[in-house]
Amino acid sequence: MTNHWVDIKNSDIILIMGSNPASNHPISFKWIQEAVDKRGAKIICVDPRYTQSASKSHLYAPLRSGTDIAFLGGMIKYILDNNLYFDEYVKSYTNASFLVNPDFKLPGDNKGVFSGLADGKYIKDTWSYQTDAEGVIKKDRTLQDPNCVFQLLKKHYSRYTPELVCRITGTPKDKLVEVYKLFGSTGKPDKAGVELYAMGWTQHTVGVQNIRTMCIIQLLLGNMGIAGGGIAAMRGESNVQGSTDHGLLFHILPGYLGTPSGSLPTLAAYNEKNTPTTKEKESLNWWKNKPKYVASFLRSMYGENASLDEAYSLLPKVDDGANYSWLQIFDQMYKEKFTGFFAWGMNPACSGAHSNKVRQAMTKLDWMVNVNLFDNETGSFWCGPGMDPKKIKTEVFMLPCAASIEKEGSIANSGRLMQWRYKAVDAPGDALPDGDIMSEIFFKVKELYEKEGGPNKEAVTKLTWPYGKTLGKHFHYEPRMVAREVNGFFLEDKKVENPTKKGEFKEFKKGDLVPTFAWLQDDGSTSSGCWVYCGSVTEKANLAMRRGQADPTGLGLYSEWCWSWPVNRRIIYNGASVDPSGKPWDPSRAVIKWNEEEKKWKGDVPDGAGDPGKGRPPFIMKPDGVASIYGPGLADGPFPEHYEPLECPVEKNLMSDQKNNPAIKRFDKAGVGSDLDVYSGVTGCDPRFPFICATYRVSEHWQTGVLTRWCPWLAEMQPGMFVEMSAELAKEKNISSGDKCVVKSARGEVECTAIVTPRFKPFNIDGNTIHEVGIPWHFGWITSKKRLFKRGDKVPEVFTTGDAANLLTSTIGDANTMIPESKAFMVNVVKKGVR
Amino acid sequence: MKVSRRGFLKISGAVMATTGVGISLKPVAAHAKPLRIKYARETTTVCPYCSVGCSIIVSTREGKVINTEGDPDSPINRGALCSKGGSIYQMAVNENRLGKPLYRAPFASDWKEVEWEWALDKIAENVKKSRDKSFKKTNAKGQVVNRTEGIASVGSAAMDLEECFTYQKFLRGLGLVYIEHQARI
Repeated sequence: MTNHWVDIKNSDIILIMGSNPASNHPISFKWIQEAVDKRGAKIICVDPRYTQSASKSHLYAPLRSGTDIAFLGGMIKYILDNNLYFDEYVKSYTNASFLVNPDFKLPGDNKGVFSGLADGKYIKDTWSYQTDAEGVIKKDRTLQDPNCVFQLLKKHYSRYTPELVCRITGTPKDKLVEVYKLFGSTGKPDKAGVELYAMGWTQHTVGVQNIRTMCIIQLLLGNMGIAGGGIAAMRGESNVQGSTDHGLLFHILPGYLGTPSGSLPTLAAYNEKNTPTTKEKESLNWWKNKPKYVASFLRSMYGENASLDEAYSLLPKVDDGANYSWLQIFDQMYKEKFTGFFAWGMNPACSGAHSNKVRQAMTKLDWMVNVNLFDNETGSFWCGPGMDPKKIKTEVFMLPCAASIEKEGSIANSGRLMQWRYKAVDAPGDALPDGDIMSEIFFKVKELYEKEGGPNKEAVTKLTWPYGKTLGKHFHYEPRMVAREVNGFFLEDKKVENPTKKGEFKEFKKGDLVPTFAWLQDDGSTSSGCWVYCGSVTEKANLAMRRGQADPTGLGLYSEWCWSWPVNRRIIYNGASVDPSGKPWDPSRAVIKWNEEEKKWKGDVPDGAGDPGKGRPPFIMKPDGVASIYGPGLADGPFPEHYEPLECPVEKNLMSDQKNNPAIKRFDKAGVGSDLDVYSGVTGCDPRFPFICATYRVSEHWQTGVLTRWCPWLAEMQPGMFVEMSAELAKEKNISSGDKCVVKSARGEVECTAIVTPRFKPFNIDGNTIHEVGIPWHFGWITSKKRLFKRGDKVPEVFTTGDAANLLTSTIGDANTMIPESKAFMVNVVKKGVR
Repeated sequence: MKVSRRGFLKISGAVMATTGVGISLKPVAAHAKPLRIKYARETTTVCPYCSVGCSIIVSTREGKVINTEGDPDSPINRGALCSKGGSIYQMAVNENRLGKPLYRAPFASDWKEVEWEWALDKIAENVKKSRDKSFKKTNAKGQVVNRTEGIASVGSAAMDLEECFTYQKFLRGLGLVYIEHQARI
């Protein structure tokens, strides 16, 4: 989230699209409702289904799954055609005025793709900017040059007429235009609009571009950086923000530092390649500091056991351009590329797209370590449906761990707020905190390497691990010590110049905590596990434990309640909430305000705001200092373009001749995926699977239900797998509410109870009636009565029915992130027993 | 003076005890049952489910959770919780929690309860064997890559920040590149 949960109360228009907060982030609605009650805010909900959030909205518009870019592209056109954009904001704070290479071609002039496409990949030479002799980007502040970003944007979305959009999305035209008009009304300095999205936008082959489209809208309307504005990525797990911050992904180290690759053999080469530079004179280009964060991270790994160069060389390197992401892991596992596997606090047998493939893949492993609170479909995969244990070689360790209230530590919510949790009770039986378990395994592996040696053994033996002590039988992990490690400290006595006041020096002693990341050093004199968390722990306190109630601005920043990254800033990009002279666009909602006497910004911790009138562009994490309406960094185009989901109910993309995102990786191509990777309805409609299907959540369960299915209160409230469908479809298929049905895709099937509701309505897509159905993804066989229980097995107090929704989804991912397309795939629904 | 709601309860209680206020609470007290959380120890936590970050008060007595409820001091949830957050009690008080490490041998049809020490030793041996066998010093281009190709890891957003940092340290120290978790799905 660019802003935070409480800030939603400052909004005038709340657009809920790609999410259903009333069901899935229920307490967020406290603040949505507050905005309605206190400000008279309006809620817009756009969703294929009339959700609980829709029922609370003032305006609901349906759209077919996977057509969000068409819908929002039309909104961009509407905003531009009707001059609803925030002119000064667009000119000063975005790249709208930048001139693009005249050879760049838009999809409308290039058969539906951007210039540079070759073999499913874009060569981006033509996506560059025009520069002058000094390398400074050429600009046209009047926004009239035909090659400026603004004019290209206008031209690109001129194709997205309401008529064409409605034929694609199935939205009634009056509703479509009403949404455009209402959200477009926030392009004024005294109006704020926020967008709330979740997996409904990410889980598509165009997931990143869905979000980009909204970013463009928010920039055109001047809604970024202001109170009540921004884009709210509502994350699905309590600490998925934090686990991402800490780099539990193949492509990033903690703090969003790119993973080193084999082509960068030294730290110097890594820094040279990855540290952005700029010729824009006023731009701060914050990422120029990257070498400090990398050096400090390397110290947090190896301390002084290795020089910075040695530490860098010990780290694993990826191959350039290779992908090691989720779908790839299970593809490689299925092809017997792994002998070992850790499923730590995860249930991929239900959460992984194409779960049949995932479950088969696990049979190819030599060993698996599964750490969780309850028995689950991953650890017990070898005795699941269709498995013959006698034929499965995989050795499995199911390790019991402590729940959140049985240990201490912190988590980061969607609003980047780091909150501490305290231990209430001991874990049951012999269960241990995750930190204890990983420490134990680490020390044992280290001992083996010390004794027996092995390749690159120093990478293991030189790791520092001052995170607790052995008491009795076990190592007791101390999260408070790790929190200090993550924050960072000085490794030597050092006199450092104040990064914000030239000529002023501060002396640090070895072991002193680093006050903020601005003080981190690139010479190895500081250590910090994750630079964005630097400042979270001070000599006096761990700030994530704070419980202050002060709210001097009245905006709900609550700056003394816990701590949020970066530097306790609650609204990022807030430098864009003031005009170039430093005055808040909306004085009644001033996130930051300049205090002339103290020569200081007051309010939130300022982001990117230089001294008023000094001309510093506020988006300091971008090398050129402004926000990107034109985004040449992406794999599939600098502007979002509508493409159909890989599996879809239409023959052709009405927007162009290019049906699907041209930059996606298809797993059904020879030499790419496996025999199990099949799709339906790609080239034309497949009558075997005529209906669109999307997965979703209910309030009472969480993720695969790996925890909640074992909690009887919750299991009783939502006892099993269902398929929700319209009355029209039910009639066509002779299905009634409560009937047992089978939902099938090209990859699998799952048994569901029918729920016939008016919440789904058939879509009119270019004159054809198209049905969509929805299924929750919280279920799995392990808590079902139908499984074979053996002596010693845990038996749930309340049984649930059905298995994983992901048995139906496919191995296809977004062109940038490879997140699976679980929000639009094709199925059939039949009454059980009917063929 | 601004006080939190919980703070207010404490202060108003103290005021009544020392100076007395205009009203007597006696008749009410006479009818009120003793609070379920009497003599309990309170700790705060944050809901482990969605990402709103609601605070919860956990009341324990003699090492057992006896009650969980929304924390009114949190500016985010002000005491409110949803159905999942309201059920945290059952996460701790639940007979189906795993309490012993379990082991499934190759081709076996059953789980076997094992001791931590045994399981951890065996896991460490497996890790070393898989790592040594699949370790790649250089790639096809001859570039130094120092990576373990034969082990993958998924997880976890369900861990604390400190554990996430430590876990990535453990995995990268082992040379893994196949590191993923919930954020990608």
